[in-house]
Amino acid sequence: MSGNQILSVDRLSMRFGGIVAVNDLSFDAERRKITALIGPNGAGKTTVFNCITGFYKPTSGGIRLTHDDGHAIRLERLNDFRIAKLAKVARTFQNIRLFPGMTALENLMVAQHNALMRASGLTFLGLIGAPSWRSAEQAAIDLARTWLDRIGLLDRADDAAGNLPYGDQRRLEIARAMCTQPALLCLDEPAAGLNARESAALSELLLSIRADQGTSILLIEHDMSVVMEISDHVVVMDHGLKIAEGTPRQIRDDPKVIAAYLGADEEEAIAVMESGT
Amino acid sequence: MSAPPADQTSRAPGAAFILKKALISAFVALVLFSLMIGVRTEAGPQGQLIYWTRFDDLAAMVAAVFVGSILMELLRQWWGPVDTVRVVPASVQSALSLVGRLVAPVLLVFTFLVPVLFYNERYILDLAILVLTYVMLGWGLNVVVGLAGLLDLGYVAFYAVGAYSYALLATNFGLSFWICLPLAGILAALWGVLLGFPVLRLRGDYLAIVTLAFGEIIRLVIINWQSLTGGPNGVTGIPRPTLFGIPLSPADDGLAALLGIEFSPTHRIVFLFYLILALALLTNWVTIRLRRLPIGRAWEALREDEVACRALGINTTTTKLTAFATGAMFGGFAGAFFATRQGFISPESFTFHESALVLAIVVLGGMGSQLGVALAALAMIGGFELFRGLDQYRMLVFGMAMVLLMIWRPRGLIGHRAPTVFLKRSQAISSDLVKEGHG
Repeated sequence: MSGNQILSVDRLSMRFGGIVAVNDLSFDAERRKITALIGPNGAGKTTVFNCITGFYKPTSGGIRLTHDDGHAIRLERLNDFRIAKLAKVARTFQNIRLFPGMTALENLMVAQHNALMRASGLTFLGLIGAPSWRSAEQAAIDLARTWLDRIGLLDRADDAAGNLPYGDQRRLEIARAMCTQPALLCLDEPAAGLNARESAALSELLLSIRADQGTSILLIEHDMSVVMEISDHVVVMDHGLKIAEGTPRQIRDDPKVIAAYLGADEEEAIAVMESGT
Repeated sequence: MSAPPADQTSRAPGAAFILKKALISAFVALVLFSLMIGVRTEAGPQGQLIYWTRFDDLAAMVAAVFVGSILMELLRQWWGPVDTVRVVPASVQSALSLVGRLVAPVLLVFTFLVPVLFYNERYILDLAILVLTYVMLGWGLNVVVGLAGLLDLGYVAFYAVGAYSYALLATNFGLSFWICLPLAGILAALWGVLLGFPVLRLRGDYLAIVTLAFGEIIRLVIINWQSLTGGPNGVTGIPRPTLFGIPLSPADDGLAALLGIEFSPTHRIVFLFYLILALALLTNWVTIRLRRLPIGRAWEALREDEVACRALGINTTTTKLTAFATGAMFGGFAGAFFATRQGFISPESFTFHESALVLAIVVLGGMGSQLGVALAALAMIGGFELFRGLDQYRMLVFGMAMVLLMIWRPRGLIGHRAPTVFLKRSQAISSDLVKEGHG
C-alpha cells in the first residue's frame, strides 16, 4: 500500500442475528481515486456502505478515515450525522432519497446546513438579518448554482425535486452530497435505472468531481461499463467476503470473479464478460 | 372539456352499483343506530331499567342515509372525479391568482381596522380577540406539525405553562406583564425541550400518543399541586396588562385620565386586541424568517426525509428539539396573553379539546401555510359562532362542514408549499409532492 489511503476498512464484520452480512472484510480506498465495490446481489456491499456511513454499527472491526492533513478519524465510533459532519463523508442512496417537496435549489441549500448554521450564528444573526449572514447565504446559493450548472439542471432549479425525471434526480442527489463538501463521496448504485447515455454522462460527472474537487469516491455499482471505465481500483465481494481486488483489468480476467457472477446471476456474468472484451 | 368517451362510461357506474352502495350504507346505519336511536333506556323511579323503542325514528334515519347515499353518488357522477382537470378561462385564472395574492394584505388591513369599525360592538371585539388567539396558537403549532412534521397532540400543555407562568409570577411576585411575557415563553420553551427528549425516538402514532399524554400530565399536575397552582380553583386576580406601566383603569394615573379623555372599558378591549395582534404578527414574522434560515429548511427537510437529513450531517435531535421549543415558546406567549385577558385561569381551560382544536386549525389550514392557518382559525372559531343559532345541531353542522372541506381539499385550504429560496421565479409546489412527515 502506498500509504495514501483516505479510507481503510480493517477486518470489518457485520452480523444480523445469525446472518453474517459482512465477514472479516479489509480493503483500502486511495485518496483522489475512484474505488468500486462490486459483487452479486446480496454480497453485502450496501451493508459495508451503511457501516462506513454510520447507519449500522459494525459488529467488529475498524474503519479509519484519514483527512488530507493526516488527521485520522475512527468511523465505527461515530454515528451517522457526525460522520457526515465531522468526518466529511457524504453518501447517496440506492433508492433516491431527495426531499421531494423542496426545490432542486432548496435540496442543495439543506446540504449546506452545518456551514450555514455557523454563518447564521445559530439562527440568531440570521433572524436579525446580519450582513455576514446575508453574504454567507449568497455564497451558499452561488455554490448550489454552480452544482446545478454542472449537472445541467440550472433551468430546473426552482422545480420540485420530486417532479424531476429519474436521471436528473440521481444527478441531483450526487450534487447534493457534493454540496456538503465531502472528503469521501460514497455512491450506492448511482447508475441504477439510467440509460446508456445517462450512464456515460454520470461517468463524466464522477471523473470531473475527482479531477476538479479532488474528492475520493467509493462506489457500489452493477453497471460494469461504468465501473470498468472510471474505477482506479475494484474490490469484489461475494457472500460477505472479499474474493478479489485490483485494477479493472485484473478483475476482468479473474476466474474467481467470473465464477461468482456466473454462480449468482447469468445476466450479470455476461455483462462482466462482455464489458471485458 | 373533451374527455374521451371511454372515460365517460367508466365514470358512470350503473343504477345497480348506486343501489348496492346505498343499501350497504343503509345497513351500516341500521346496525349503528338500532341501539343508539332504536332503543331508549332510562332509569325508572325505583331505579329499575325502563326502556321503549323508537323504530319510526330509526326507520327515518336509515331512509335518510339510503337516500343521501344515492344523492351523493349522483352528485359525484355529475361533478366527475375530483382530480378532473377543468378548463378555466385564462382571464378567470389570472383574476383568481390576483385575488389569491390580495387575500393576505386585505385581511391584514381589515384586521387592523376591526377595533375602529366595531368599536361599539363588544361581542365582535371579544370574538376577534379569541380568533387572533387561535391564529397565534395555530401559527405556533404550525412550526411543529406543519414545518417539522411532528404530530403534537399536547400543544395545550405549553399554552397552560405560559398562562400559569404569568399568573403565578404576577400574583406571587408582582412582576409586570411585559417582564412575564418573555419569561412565560422561555419557560414554555423549556417544557418543550423537556417533552422533546423522551419523544425523539418516537414516530407517527407513538409520538402523537406520548404528546397527548404529556398534555394531560401537565393538566393533572396543575389540578393536584394545590399549594402552588390553587388546584381546580385556579388562579384569580391576575393583573391586567398595562401600557408600559400606565394602567388602563379609571384611576387618576390611568391612561384615560392622562390623555384627558373619558374612561371607557372598551379601551382595554381595544388594547388587548392590538396586543394579541402584535403577538400573532410577531409569531408570523419569526416563522417566515425561520423558514428561510438553515434551521427552518432543516425542519422541512426533516419532514421530507429524516434519513437523508442525517446523511447530510444534520443533527436531527437538536433540529427536532428546536422545533418543539419554538412552537412551545409561541404557545407560552399566547398562554400569558390568555391569562392577562381572562384575569382568572383554571385547569378547565387547558383540556385536550383545546389541543384538538388547534391541531384541527393547522390541518384544515394546510400544514405549513401561514395564510391557510389564519383562514382556518377564522373559519373554525368564527364559523362556530355563526352556527350558534342552531343550538344543539351546531356540532353536527360543524362536523359536516369539516368533512366536506376535507373531501374537497384533503391537504387543507392552502395545501401547496412556497419555496424558501429561488433563482429565477418562485413557483408553488403541489401538495402531492410535499410530505406530511412521520413524526
